[in-house]
Amino acid sequence: MNKIVSSIKEAIKLAGLRDGMTVSFHHHLRNGDFVLNMVMEEIAALGIRDIKVNASSLFDVHTPLIGHIKNGVVTGISTDYMGAGLGREISRGVLAEPVKFYTHGGRPHSIIEGREKIDVAFIAAPTADNMGNCSGKYGRSACGSLGYAFADAMYAKRVVVITDNLVPYPLADFSISEDYVDYVVEVDAIGDPKGIVSGTTKITRDPVGLVMAAHAAKVIEASGLLKDGFSFQTGAGGASLAAAKFLKDIMLEKNIRGSFGLGGITGYMVDMLKAGCFETLLDVQCFDLSAVESIRNDPRHREISAMQYASPGAKSAVVNSLDVVILGATEIDTDFNVNVHTDSNGYIMGGSGGHSDTAAGAKLSMIIAPMFRARLPIVSGRVTCISTPGDSIDVLVTQGGIAVNPKNAELKERLEAAGLPIVDIFELKDKTERITGKPNELTRGERVVAEVIGREGNLLDRIYSVDK
Amino acid sequence: MNISRRASAGTMESSDAYIEIEPASELSIHIESVVKKQFGDKIESAVREVLSDCGVESAIVRVTDRGALECVIRARVETAVKRSGGGS
Amino acid sequence: MRRSLLFLPGNNPNMLINAGCLGADAVIFDLEDAVSPAEKDAARILVRNTMRYMDIPCERVVRINSVDTEYWRDDIDTILPERPDLILLPKAATSEDILALDRYMSEVEEKLGLECGTVGIIALIETALGVENAFLIASACKRVKGLFLGAEDLTADLQCKRTKESREIEYSRMRLVVAARAAGVDVYDTPFTDVNDDEGIVVDTMLAKSLGFTGKASISPRHVDVINDTFSPTIAEIDYAYEVIDAITRAKAEGKGAISLRGKMIDAPIVARAERIIAMASALGIERGGVS
Repeated sequence: MNKIVSSIKEAIKLAGLRDGMTVSFHHHLRNGDFVLNMVMEEIAALGIRDIKVNASSLFDVHTPLIGHIKNGVVTGISTDYMGAGLGREISRGVLAEPVKFYTHGGRPHSIIEGREKIDVAFIAAPTADNMGNCSGKYGRSACGSLGYAFADAMYAKRVVVITDNLVPYPLADFSISEDYVDYVVEVDAIGDPKGIVSGTTKITRDPVGLVMAAHAAKVIEASGLLKDGFSFQTGAGGASLAAAKFLKDIMLEKNIRGSFGLGGITGYMVDMLKAGCFETLLDVQCFDLSAVESIRNDPRHREISAMQYASPGAKSAVVNSLDVVILGATEIDTDFNVNVHTDSNGYIMGGSGGHSDTAAGAKLSMIIAPMFRARLPIVSGRVTCISTPGDSIDVLVTQGGIAVNPKNAELKERLEAAGLPIVDIFELKDKTERITGKPNELTRGERVVAEVIGREGNLLDRIYSVDK
Repeated sequence: MNISRRASAGTMESSDAYIEIEPASELSIHIESVVKKQFGDKIESAVREVLSDCGVESAIVRVTDRGALECVIRARVETAVKRSGGGS
Repeated sequence: MRRSLLFLPGNNPNMLINAGCLGADAVIFDLEDAVSPAEKDAARILVRNTMRYMDIPCERVVRINSVDTEYWRDDIDTILPERPDLILLPKAATSEDILALDRYMSEVEEKLGLECGTVGIIALIETALGVENAFLIASACKRVKGLFLGAEDLTADLQCKRTKESREIEYSRMRLVVAARAAGVDVYDTPFTDVNDDEGIVVDTMLAKSLGFTGKASISPRHVDVINDTFSPTIAEIDYAYEVIDAITRAKAEGKGAISLRGKMIDAPIVARAERIIAMASALGIERGGVS
């Protein structure tokens, strides 16, 4: 038996892809991905139409999708995140059917429950053998973890592995195993390494970012959660990474040995592991070269699937054991609802990713954001789009004060006792508007261009078109 | 007082504004802003106020705003006016 | 209380608009080295507007250009009406430099009908001549509130290399502290310029405190916390200060002359020090027995 087929085109034909079916992709190659575009081009060339694309995230490298939408090849999109370039087109109404936005935990949940059916999964694999055992840890396009691809491999009707590093059978250190894989295709390149992982990021020099990061670290210290066995996740934004650095300093100074670091993993988390701040890293996605190197070489750095990471349908998910998560926001309202889907003009430019999963699971969910960006206040009366419901957010850290969700009175007491600058969120909104002026409200378009699906599968909010 | 020569002030960096001003027979103000929908009217009235305080009655003023606060826009407009030979 | 003074470039809106959020006891809006000659006019107006329109909850200091430039009078004309707390005069080398500034400030205040003499001066000492004249500068006039050591320019003038170990400025540091204390004014230490050396800033700040400096300047918000912490009294110092005050109160009540505490004689300088520490602690919101 040999699963190797000669081309992507051949694999599409053998998999039986027809009009109206759904194809899926993972986003571990991020903005360096070639695979989605290569596959969609072949699908279009074969004359197949009315295809639904289900991708764990879409980046601006995937802008050719817009052409496929315009000529009827693609008629539906499900994803957890969308880059700003693609988002702009979607917000202008290029796609008739609303985009379905899931969360990183909600997506595998929807696939397992069958609400989202995948006919053919195309899995970009930095290394694979001829039976389809594959891994992200090795090869010139190495991306580290393949966490988001597991549900696709396990639940799609047909699974095609696409690799640019075919190795002799068996690939011992596989992530996805051959029993799920139908076909293997070898191509010249699955991606551009420069877009897949970034080099080492330096700590932000933005003074406001540093002030917020220092506040964030002090909030964690004062929360009562920072003790032996501590677990932590942070985003890859400048201020969040700086907060991780300050947290590391505190942990080392106080000799606190944490349990695990979770999430999209960066070099900062790897440094914390090496410094003894954590026993383990649980990694659904690697963000930089040092994370990839660590997951390849350090047995304490483990790959996990999106289900284990965050699925609300899992018997248990790591997010439910998480102490603290630091998250970003483009907008937050006085009920602590957070928007990470649309920008200040209403255009789609992101998505939940693991935002609402970790916020729901963690004991302390912290948003870190400046009081205003480009004159636009971060706190509004009502967010344009609810990405994460306010009842799962505990605290907002800005350079102008720390606002605690009234539902968490104990946290507020602790932070006040530590002498941190606590501010009521309404007061913070007023204070910010005194600096920026009160922005005029935007008028939204008529059409629904996207639906935000909560992690349990509920409709959380709708995103409307932006009229020029 | 009216201005005597072309001048500019400010930068295109975020939180700043770039102002160009040139002599003309009447006053016209052109605003390009990343927050035009939210603050376009406020930007225009701030620009008008500074021009009026400086005694500028006629000029072409182009504002390229990168999300500057009003005190920054006012400073950049005033600087441009002074550089153009106007201002009291 | 002025433990930390943070420099902000005068023509950079992004930095200026956040002046109040960076944790420093004082911000220094810089019109001198951080601003190119072609932008001096723009920076002046921008800094003036920042002070006029933004609510800045810390002290506001403006570093003007030195008195040997064509800019400093315009700086004063534009800035003074906004009533900054202090003017930082760079390259102060003689008491005449200070008096020239003092006279011009008074002239402008009078012309604009502002209260005379309320805006203070800090002299930035960054030349060999300035170090030699430090006491005369510190006592030049009533506006002078402090001396400020600028080590980068000073070491160039001394023709030596600026190093992290800072042996080359040891004499100047001590000389400035003595001169300032003799004149009864404050004294501020030069910034530590490597923003990525987290240990270096701690060592350098502790050294400044041990020499008697009132506070320390910084070019990075990253250093503000360390500086504030180092120049704040410790809980042990505060507790001891209260013990001293209690002891002299008791002694007075009992009509005793000589007082001893923990086997050590309490004299006037120790009492003065205790009073300073208690004043600083209460400014920081620290009451007797811990953080309030």
